[in-house]
Amino acid sequence: MAREVMFTRFERLWHWTQALIIVGLAITGFEVFGSWTVFGYETATEVHQILAWLLLGLWALAMFWHMTTGEWRQYIPTFRNMGAVMRYYTAGIFDPSIEHPYKPTRKAKHNPMQRLAYLGFLVVIMPVLWITGLLYMFYNGWEALGLGFLSLGAVALVHVMAAFALVIFFIGHVYMGFTGRPATAYVKAMITGYGHDHSEGETPSTGRTRPAE
Amino acid sequence: MVHSDPGDRAMITRTQRPGLGRLAAAGLTAMSLAVLVWTTPAAAADVMAQLPSATTATASKTTTADHSKFKELEGPFATGPEVTEACLECHTEAADHIQQTTHWTWAFDHPVTGQDLGKRNVVNNFCVATATNWPRCTSCHIGYGWTDDKTFDFAAERNVDCLVCHDTTGNYKKFPTGAGHPTYEPKEFPPKSGNVWQPPDLVKIAQNVGPTSRETCGACHFYGGGGDAVKHGDLDSTMARPSKALDVHMAPDGLNFQCSTCHTTGSHEVTGSRYVTKAVDRLGIDVPGHTDDTRATCESCHAMTPHEEAKLNDHTDVVACTTCHVPEFARGGKATKMWWDWSTAGKLNEEGKPFTVKEGADVIYDTKKGDFLWEANVVPEYRWFNGAIEYTLIDDTIDPSGVVPINTLGGGPDDPDSRIWPFKVMRGKQPYDSVNNVLAVPHLFGKDESAFWGAGKFDWIKAIEAGMQARNVDFSGEYDFVETTYHWPIVHMVAPKDEALECEACHAENGRLANLGGFYMPGRGDFGWLNTLGWSLAGLTLIGVIVHALLRVVGASRRK
Repeated sequence: MAREVMFTRFERLWHWTQALIIVGLAITGFEVFGSWTVFGYETATEVHQILAWLLLGLWALAMFWHMTTGEWRQYIPTFRNMGAVMRYYTAGIFDPSIEHPYKPTRKAKHNPMQRLAYLGFLVVIMPVLWITGLLYMFYNGWEALGLGFLSLGAVALVHVMAAFALVIFFIGHVYMGFTGRPATAYVKAMITGYGHDHSEGETPSTGRTRPAE
Repeated sequence: MVHSDPGDRAMITRTQRPGLGRLAAAGLTAMSLAVLVWTTPAAAADVMAQLPSATTATASKTTTADHSKFKELEGPFATGPEVTEACLECHTEAADHIQQTTHWTWAFDHPVTGQDLGKRNVVNNFCVATATNWPRCTSCHIGYGWTDDKTFDFAAERNVDCLVCHDTTGNYKKFPTGAGHPTYEPKEFPPKSGNVWQPPDLVKIAQNVGPTSRETCGACHFYGGGGDAVKHGDLDSTMARPSKALDVHMAPDGLNFQCSTCHTTGSHEVTGSRYVTKAVDRLGIDVPGHTDDTRATCESCHAMTPHEEAKLNDHTDVVACTTCHVPEFARGGKATKMWWDWSTAGKLNEEGKPFTVKEGADVIYDTKKGDFLWEANVVPEYRWFNGAIEYTLIDDTIDPSGVVPINTLGGGPDDPDSRIWPFKVMRGKQPYDSVNNVLAVPHLFGKDESAFWGAGKFDWIKAIEAGMQARNVDFSGEYDFVETTYHWPIVHMVAPKDEALECEACHAENGRLANLGGFYMPGRGDFGWLNTLGWSLAGLTLIGVIVHALLRVVGASRRK
């Protein structure tokens, strides 16, 4: 067991930039929807669009990275140990003597619940937001694209529903980030990149290791 | 002239084209001005501002015919029709043209609804109707002598009034009660006002005819409803020489558009009628070979996607141009009439005489007409509109238990030909036949026994009896007053672009479109249920993780 780079530099850059952009998109997006007034409607729409393009650009890079490194496999769902993980989060976690049943390795760093949650984020929530968001942006082109049957209301409704799903994901995700032992362990790992690699007898996948504290 | 000042564009419009020719004709001084025009754009704008408009007395110099040199126009002319006869000696078809137009017939057979409209047929909530009130109403007819519907000769060419539209001197005025004639002798109006109207110099006027102008069109259209600014809300005497802030196209120191710049004409037929409003013009920019033969829509020059900002163009399929670009109407300094309550007409003062009450410059009560409300800088009301307007006519049964619409707008959020349009909504109370449930048309003007303003002495029964008889509608003998609304599309008084509405004017919880339902608009709190549901679920999640965190803290402390 070793302290190893669990999250590469790009992965961390992607994660935190994305987090910032999503917070910005939420503040401006819910203003466009009408939940609150922060910047004024016009500024909110403009900023929301700029942030949307930034995030799309970031995603293009992230997609390329996941595909070329094979890291996309981290999100393949599995139900192995799912019961144990769920039991841990609903009961075991309250007893400091009980350890987390899942031992992350460099090659499988997400527990089954994480895999499912991140997969939902990556292939359901975000794509729905992209698609409806882009439709929203290209509203005037619907007729030319053969999408004349769409209504702004329907597109907005789905977009906002997905946005609320993301808000709920966000709250859960941020909280879960503080369920390590110590509480900040996971967040620290996401910032520094270093975490416990529980793979035994294997050669670390990257050359960089440092002794456990 | 090849500079890129906005004034540049003005020069290619019809009304400004005379600029160059006039400069040449005016000799050396003008030559030096022309040099200025060539050199600095700013100076060019100044020069253009100083030049008389094409519609002033000098206009004749820019045409190939100087009317002051015509023997036919040497006069003397005793009456308007005599001038017309002289005009027709050369312009042989002009009277025939006019007689085909709504300006002449005051009748309009709507091509889609089939309704008989026009001033002779519609009922409004201003002076209600033209029938039996002819000489007063027809002081704005494009003819002479329509004192009575039965005796006026609609076929007589000499009855056409050329001067009211083609005067360039500003001195030709139809007398308010003259059935279209100017006065031919000094005459007082209003009666006992001490305001004496002098007869116009018909020879001088005839010798200085020219194109129509804001002033000539405005002579009638600014004064609709019986006075300045009363009727339209977006047309009043301030539009004769508007500032750029009031009308970005028509300002004399700007583009200097005349009415006919947009309301283009052919065979004296003026395009752009409210009766067949074009709510959206997808044909876009009009050029030869690609035109609907009018520039009366904004799109005729600006097309459907005029904004540099794409998001703004996203609006043009559902929002009319003027909705954002005429942020308020009656902006020129004159208030427009918003409420007219006929039910209070007929009150007499302590001396038993009719009276008026003024508030500032505005009459708010007149024994002859009832109570008024006036407003300036009015925020329009907004409605979906596809250009179709149905009128409530004199033979239509009304429901007096509610507010009766004088006109009903076609369109809605699901109609692709509809857009959100701004309106002046004229409201008021007017008489109706309370047994037959039809709108009443009262005989107001005249000296006779039944005239409400005449010897009838504010007797509604007599006035309605006479009015209905003239329109061949039975009157039960009983009347009451009903509240009515009349929607007037707002299209004039286009503000400069930096004064167009901000997004937040509508995209806000209590914005201008707060009451317009049936469609989704971001920013005003639509899908409120989703907002509540979404944030409730988010809140529950938050509570869930807080509880979870507390349990962890408790668990940790127990072990210690």
